[in-house]
Amino acid sequence: MKFGILINEGPYTHQATDSAYQFTKAALEKGHEIFRVFFYHDGVNNATKLTEPPQDDRNIVNLWSALAKEHNLDLVVCVAAALRRGIQEENLAEGFRISGLGQLIESGIQADRMITFGD
Amino acid sequence: MSEEASGVVKKFLYINRKAPYGTVYALESLEVVLIAAAFDQDVSLAFFDDGVYQIAKGMDTKAIGQKNFSPTYKALGDYDINKIYVSKESLDARGLSKDDLMDLKYEDEDDDWAEKDSIHIVNSEELADLMDSQDVILSF
Amino acid sequence: MQLHVVNKSPFEKSTFESCLLHVKKGSSILFIEDGIFAALNKGKFSEKVKNALENYKIYALEPDVNARGMKNKVMDGIKLIDYSGFVDLAAEHDAVQSWL
Repeated sequence: MKFGILINEGPYTHQATDSAYQFTKAALEKGHEIFRVFFYHDGVNNATKLTEPPQDDRNIVNLWSALAKEHNLDLVVCVAAALRRGIQEENLAEGFRISGLGQLIESGIQADRMITFGD
Repeated sequence: MSEEASGVVKKFLYINRKAPYGTVYALESLEVVLIAAAFDQDVSLAFFDDGVYQIAKGMDTKAIGQKNFSPTYKALGDYDINKIYVSKESLDARGLSKDDLMDLKYEDEDDDWAEKDSIHIVNSEELADLMDSQDVILSF
Repeated sequence: MQLHVVNKSPFEKSTFESCLLHVKKGSSILFIEDGIFAALNKGKFSEKVKNALENYKIYALEPDVNARGMKNKVMDGIKLIDYSGFVDLAAEHDAVQSWL
């Protein structure tokens, strides 16, 4: 089955992106396909490579980048939401790309199930 | 676009349960709906809980330094987004009625462009049925 | 039938109550994140959840329950699942509504 994931919150303040990551990982392990992970609202803050948590904390941005690399995931950051929050090509972490909201709607159309994680 | 070529029409429901201005969800949800209008999908909007405040009349945001985006809801009819469901229970609980909401209308091309109400006031059972009949639910 | 996901503590937000008002009989409700505090066997919401169990299938995400130290406090009748079970539930239902 094809899943579309929508993440509406940034890292660390809310659990949303952690939950989405665990869900995505579990879905991939079960052999499902992830059509796209779309980052919206403060969710775009998951995509900055300037993120540097303390050593003993998880680096959520790197976790997404690694998962994307391993499974060829399409991590899409909404351009309008990103520009509002200072996320641009130059500070984009590996595996993420910036695109329009149409990519979210397309995900809803193409995926068998759409799941939102937020606050 | 490939999604149009595939000819799939799904039922999309956008659920709005948060008030405007205190958080950005209402504004950015509206931005999604405007984009969605270009995709020829079967779009409905539901406003309940504090979401009913998003379409209240008479907003004046000058002094808080934010843009009043409420006039945009009035344009939805021109984008063929005319199925707007508002919870009666949520209005009642907040001491509001349909008169406190903006007049959201559309012109029905199948009825000689007659102007019609986009807003339907529904009870929780009808909202439950609406939710249960959707292919994709996006809540912000 | 839809899967309804609740991630808010019922003590802080009315999300769970709004969910209950809008869920069709036979649907499933899954508590995740702070939503799991609604799944406990004592407290202000336990009676409401007990009644809900007669009309809905109710699940709680075990990793979130355990993380919050609530392991032995989950009400009988609520099924504990892991992320893999969450994926199964999402796949089995027609659509997923997240009560944000």
